[in-house]
Amino acid sequence: MNGFRDGGTPGRRARGELESNVLAALWSADGPLTARQVLTGLPDDLAYTTVLTILSRLYDKGMLVRHRAGRGYAYEPARDEASHTAHRMKSLLEGGSDREAVLTRFVSELSERDEQLLQHLLSGPEDHAGPDGAGH
Amino acid sequence: MLISVYVPLIVTVVLSVLAPRPARRLAPRPAAWALACTALVTTVGWTGSLALLAFTGIAQIPEVAAEGRWSVPVLRAENPVHLTVAVAGALVLLAGCVSLVLAAVRQVRHVLWARRECARVPGDGELAVVDTDAPQAFALPGAPGRIVVSRGMLRCLDDEEREALLAHERAHLRRRHHLFQAVWRLAAAVNPLLRPLADAGGYVLERWADEEAATHVGSRRVVARAVGRAALASSSRTSAPPALAVTGGAVPQRVRALLGPPPPRRTLPIAGGALLLTLCCAGLANAASDSDKMVDDAQRAQCAETIAHVDAAGRPAHARVRFCCRHHRPGERQG
Repeated sequence: MNGFRDGGTPGRRARGELESNVLAALWSADGPLTARQVLTGLPDDLAYTTVLTILSRLYDKGMLVRHRAGRGYAYEPARDEASHTAHRMKSLLEGGSDREAVLTRFVSELSERDEQLLQHLLSGPEDHAGPDGAGH
Repeated sequence: MLISVYVPLIVTVVLSVLAPRPARRLAPRPAAWALACTALVTTVGWTGSLALLAFTGIAQIPEVAAEGRWSVPVLRAENPVHLTVAVAGALVLLAGCVSLVLAAVRQVRHVLWARRECARVPGDGELAVVDTDAPQAFALPGAPGRIVVSRGMLRCLDDEEREALLAHERAHLRRRHHLFQAVWRLAAAVNPLLRPLADAGGYVLERWADEEAATHVGSRRVVARAVGRAALASSSRTSAPPALAVTGGAVPQRVRALLGPPPPRRTLPIAGGALLLTLCCAGLANAASDSDKMVDDAQRAQCAETIAHVDAAGRPAHARVRFCCRHHRPGERQG
C-alpha cells in the first residue's frame, strides 16, 4: 500500500499527502462524494477504512461538511473556509513579479504561439503512441 | 597576475554563455546542482578578481600606501594592471555589491512574507484550496511550506493529473527549490551576466519537479498532460500579471521534454563545467598570491628606504626599523 508501513498507520508525511489528495478529489468533484466515491477517484490503492479515517479527520478540522447519504455520509468541501483563502490568495498574487519569485507556479503564462504548440503537442503523439508511450 | 586575474572573469563569461543551453537538456536534478555550483563559484571568482583589480588601483593612493607601509613607485612598477582597468574593476565591484545588498534585502523580505502567508493560509494541512474559478497553483515555501491550488485548477484536471500537480508542487517544497532560486537571483544581482543562467535555473527546477511528479504517478505522459492542460486553462482566462512573459515558451518545452525520452545523465558537460570552475579558482588563487607578493615587495622597498633615511639622519632608530620591517620577517608572522 502506498505510504503505509505494514498496513498500519501511515507515516506523518504520507498521511499529510493523503489528506491533500482526498481534499483535492473532493474539490474537483461536482457534488458531495461518499467515501467509496472518493476511493475510486484516487489513483492510489487505499483501503476503504483509510479514506474514511481521512474524511472524518478533515471533517473534524472543519474543512469538510457532510450530509447523510444512505448508511454513511457524503462529504463536500467547506466553501466558506476556502473563500477566506481566496481573499488571501488575491493578495498573494497581487504582489507583483518580485513576489512571484518566491512562489513556484505550476505553469507560467503562454504566448499565442505557445498555445498552438501545446495544442499540437497534446493532441499529436497520442494518435500514434500508446497511452504511456513516453520513452521507447 | 598579468593573466590569471582575468581568468575568473573569462570563465564567468564563458560559462554564462555556454552553461544555460546544455543545462536545459540534461537530467534536471544534476543540472540544477551544477548551475547552483556554477553560480556560487563564478560569483566568488568574479568578485575576487574585481577586488584584486580594484586593489591595484586603490593601493596607489598615497594615504592607503602610508597606512599599509608600502612604496607606491615600486608597486606601480610591478603592477601589471592599468589604472583605468583598476578603476573600472572597482566601479563594477561597487555596483555589484550595492545590487547584492538590495537583492538580499528583497529576498529576505520575500521569504519572511511567504512564511507569514504560509501561516495565514487557513487549515493546517499541506494543501490549501482556494475557492475561485481561475486556475492557479503554486507552492508557497516555508517550514514546512504549503501548496495553494484553486478550485478552477483542480476541476480542469482528471484524477491522475491532479495527483501529478500535487506531486509537482510537493517536489518544489521538499527539494527546497526556493533556495536554489535565491542563489541564482543573488548571483545574478552581483553579476548581471549570470541572468541567462538564473533563467535556465528556473526552468530546470520546473523540469526537476515534473520528473519527480512523473516518477510519483508512474507516467511522464500524465504529467505532460497535466502541465499542458493547466497552462491552456490558465491562458484562456488570462488575467495574471504580464511580468511572467520572460519565462514564456517554458511550458511547451516542459511538455515536449516529458513526451520525449527521459533526459540523459551525461557526465561530459558537467565535467567540462567542473574543469572551468577549477580553472576559475586556480586563477583567482594565483592572482591573489601574486598580488600578495607584489605588496610584500613594495613593503620591503619602503622599509629599505626608511632604513636609508634613518642612517642618513645618523640616529639609531632600531625600534622604528623593526616596526616597519615586521612584514617580511618570516619568523614574526605567526606572532
